[in-house]
Amino acid sequence: MTDLPDLSSPTPRRAEALRLHRKLTPIWSARPGLRGVLTTNNNNLVGGIFLAAATLFFVIGGILAMLIRAQLATPGSAFMGPEAYNQVFTMHGTVMMFLFAIPFFEALAVLLLPSMLGTRDMAFPRIGAYGLWVYIFGGSAVILAMLLGLSPDGGWFMYPPLSSAAFSPGIGPDVWLLGISSIEVSAIAAAIEVVVTVLRYRASGMSLSRMPIFAWYILIVAVMILTAFPAMILGSLLLELERAFGLPFFQADNGGDPLLWQHLFWLFGHPEVYIIFLPAAGMMATILPVMARTKLLGYGWVVAAAVSLAVLSFGLWVHHMFTTGIPHLALAFFSAASTLVAVPTAIMIFSWIGTLWKGRPTFDLPMLWILGFFATFVIGGLTGVMLALVPFNWQAHDTHFVVAHLHYVLIGGYVFPMVAAIYYFQPVIIGRTRFFKIGEVAFWITVPAFHVTFLAVHLVGLMGMRRRIWTYDEGQGWTVINLIASVGAFVMAFGFALVILDVVVNALVAPRSRRNPWKAFTLEWATSMPSPMYGFASIPVVHGRYPLEMDPGLPVSIARGEGLLADTSRNRRETLVVSTTDGTPAQVAILPGNSWLPFTLAVVTSTSFLAPLVGAYMLAVAATTGIVVVALIWAWTQGSRTDEGLIDVGHGLRLPTAWEVPDPPGWWGLLMLLLADSVLFGSLLFGYAFLWTIAPNWPPPSYLNPGLAMPALALVGAAALVAGPRLAARAVLRQGRAWGGIGLAGLGALALAGAAASVWLLRPNPTGHAYDATLWVLAGFVLLHTTIAVIMIGYLLARVIAGYLSPRRVGEARIVQLWADYTALTSLVALGAAWLPGAFP
Amino acid sequence: MLLGGGTVIFLFVMGLLALALLRRPLGAGGKAGDGDPGRGGSERVWFWGLGLAFPLVTLSLLTVYGVVVGDRLLPRDAPDLVTVQAEARQWQWSFSYADAPGRVTENVLHIPSGRPVDVEITSVDVIHAFWVPRLAGKLDAIPGHVNVLRLQADEPGDYAGQSGEFSGLGYREHLFTLRAHDPAGWAAFLEGRTP
Repeated sequence: MTDLPDLSSPTPRRAEALRLHRKLTPIWSARPGLRGVLTTNNNNLVGGIFLAAATLFFVIGGILAMLIRAQLATPGSAFMGPEAYNQVFTMHGTVMMFLFAIPFFEALAVLLLPSMLGTRDMAFPRIGAYGLWVYIFGGSAVILAMLLGLSPDGGWFMYPPLSSAAFSPGIGPDVWLLGISSIEVSAIAAAIEVVVTVLRYRASGMSLSRMPIFAWYILIVAVMILTAFPAMILGSLLLELERAFGLPFFQADNGGDPLLWQHLFWLFGHPEVYIIFLPAAGMMATILPVMARTKLLGYGWVVAAAVSLAVLSFGLWVHHMFTTGIPHLALAFFSAASTLVAVPTAIMIFSWIGTLWKGRPTFDLPMLWILGFFATFVIGGLTGVMLALVPFNWQAHDTHFVVAHLHYVLIGGYVFPMVAAIYYFQPVIIGRTRFFKIGEVAFWITVPAFHVTFLAVHLVGLMGMRRRIWTYDEGQGWTVINLIASVGAFVMAFGFALVILDVVVNALVAPRSRRNPWKAFTLEWATSMPSPMYGFASIPVVHGRYPLEMDPGLPVSIARGEGLLADTSRNRRETLVVSTTDGTPAQVAILPGNSWLPFTLAVVTSTSFLAPLVGAYMLAVAATTGIVVVALIWAWTQGSRTDEGLIDVGHGLRLPTAWEVPDPPGWWGLLMLLLADSVLFGSLLFGYAFLWTIAPNWPPPSYLNPGLAMPALALVGAAALVAGPRLAARAVLRQGRAWGGIGLAGLGALALAGAAASVWLLRPNPTGHAYDATLWVLAGFVLLHTTIAVIMIGYLLARVIAGYLSPRRVGEARIVQLWADYTALTSLVALGAAWLPGAFP
Repeated sequence: MLLGGGTVIFLFVMGLLALALLRRPLGAGGKAGDGDPGRGGSERVWFWGLGLAFPLVTLSLLTVYGVVVGDRLLPRDAPDLVTVQAEARQWQWSFSYADAPGRVTENVLHIPSGRPVDVEITSVDVIHAFWVPRLAGKLDAIPGHVNVLRLQADEPGDYAGQSGEFSGLGYREHLFTLRAHDPAGWAAFLEGRTP
């Protein structure tokens, strides 16, 4: 991947750049061979593997789509029976949504974001590598199960009771739930990494308003992942608890409600649509102005539109449930909200057209795909507005019209811009230009075939063909249209295959790209092509939104080490941390080098998820212990036992390392994790309230009466858990003994855990009624968090003893304090929710 | 109407796009990335006009239309209202009748023509949906819940009905017939003589 910087400056300056390149390359490179691939955490390699894996899953999903179209090409087809067909369409949706769409843009973000922001790597390179491997293991398990004929067959949204143990006794739904959970873990990991990277890891002087537009989009998307996925994770957890242990969350006879799943699923599922669309829109806003040789029209408008789209998308989940018998007034509200998303979308579309208007468009290949996007996405958006109308929805719901609509939005609104992005960023990613003209041919095959296919599918949907039926009869009048759709689909698949082939051929034989072939103005084009492992030889100092326009000589001065952090003498991976809003240099992050830890942690995590599928519960327990052990080793290998003081970063600036500040990146990362965790907790409380008010067979036959002792214990425990870490941190600052505070915190966590355990002991049967089942989950939530708190507190004690904390190095104490505060607060709320109904009967 | 409006908007947006691509830029000498002419006038047109005003006006009209039409489909008090129950299971429909207690028909729903009918829909196993495309939109049959669908068949005759929510292997064949009777036929049905 590495090569010499391509420089055209006079010799002495070139020599300086070369010297720096030779120093930086070994620091940032992976080890050779397969071992290097498994131990790397450099964003260039991790992102590349991520991208290749997502593409592979796209191919698998595409093959499944071809099976579907082959089946539907003729009436009464004998190609597949309903058993096989139900598995195939379920897996097609699952693979495309979870294994392709989300990971693909995450991969692009990991690959490109550091270069765009002018930093050297992502904020948490090991977490990035961990997320990659968890995704590969989880995705492979799902595919493997499919090859064994064990896939789920209830549709990709898994509605119970169809997916409950009574109606799906096989392990199909378990494969789905556990496999998807591991992918969700990977998505959360990537999202945390992206948020902290965008907020803190940027070039010097890059304020929020100077960020490349894609950074805004991906920041918004990452926050959406953190706030949408947890609802789904909770849903998967509850459904798995019902399937494995009989906790009746979705069984109406026992106080559960199948609608609870639908709310949790679409609470995630609707934002998910925008989670997929916004990165593509970000790519549009990035590529289109360059292709039009101008700048984006209305940067501020576009950011505001993206934010409001994100916010609105959380108000829309009910529109997938228009036919479930929701009161009409509520329907009117959600119908209005659903149509309202057209406003920010319109702002984006007109920003792009306006940009083209003021620019001088060229028709390079990325531009062709962008035009394909326009034609397709506008149709998809309009059919979406139709579906948002309640009366129309009542008719079109669950027909092929909906299928066609979502393919217009997802393929037109996501896949086409992503293809444009791959071609546009090909010089940065693989350092090559294009060689043959296969790309143009592929475009002219794919896009027209797409329209033929899905216009036909729209039509057959309007003619009443329901989705998910495995065949149809001769006389229903759908024969010709379906055949057209199938032929179109196969041509489209051929077109996409050509695109993949084209990129592979370019990677192998095309000529090297020169620097910045599109004459763009942003930092990702300031490095040699492809982007070297270390990203920037020195961290750029920027003064505007378009640094390469203001200073065309910037790439050379970066390469010569005239930016920040060009000093390689400390022989470790360093990059700059800036203040969030104005981009002032604040800290020097020391990133970890190559390591087996992410891969190992991914192995034990995936084992703990997948072992229950084959009934290996002991293995699952062992693997869970393994997670704790590996995570502790992971944490232990960071940090320093000596104070380093301020280090010289160049330009006369002296900054502390991230190990010697009160708000290290790890603290920010934990804050983002807690954001996701609090959404999960909030969804749990929502579920509890929903069951209480909506589900049949409530209230439960009896309540838990907590008495006075347990609430008192919980209150005292929470107070100790909040006070302890503060005392410990203060002691560290004064170089006193931190043991007292740490001990107090530990006792507090244990007291809270005891109070939570009493809920389990006093209501020993969680399978009788959803009330008891919910109480168990609430108490389980507290037990999990207090257990982690105890582990963290013990770890902190060991770190204090080993000398990793000093008055300058209190960051770890602050991280433990944050977790302790969160645990104390949520535990009181959870236990309060469990106890209150029984306390005042 | 929806389709027509949608086509007009589509053509309008595509027309703008084509114009943007093909028009000769003013002062063709300008080099790449010249200044930012987006300030002021053109931003007002693109964002306030096309980005905000255009969709807001269109959507308000559309939503009001949707709510009004949807409202018309709602169950209302009616003197000659008939109530029937539809109970779904994998893969069968059982119908019972408020006017003929104890009477249960399998896979055929009898109603009088020309009178409003409330169908009380539920399920005993997984989620299904009651759907007679020619008479009304679909409504889900959910275990533990009863959803009420108002429909009316103006002409006597048979109407095809089906489930509209995927329910496993027999989903495709999960069909029923809605049979609308004239007054005499309905009276005969209630008396127990299946016409």
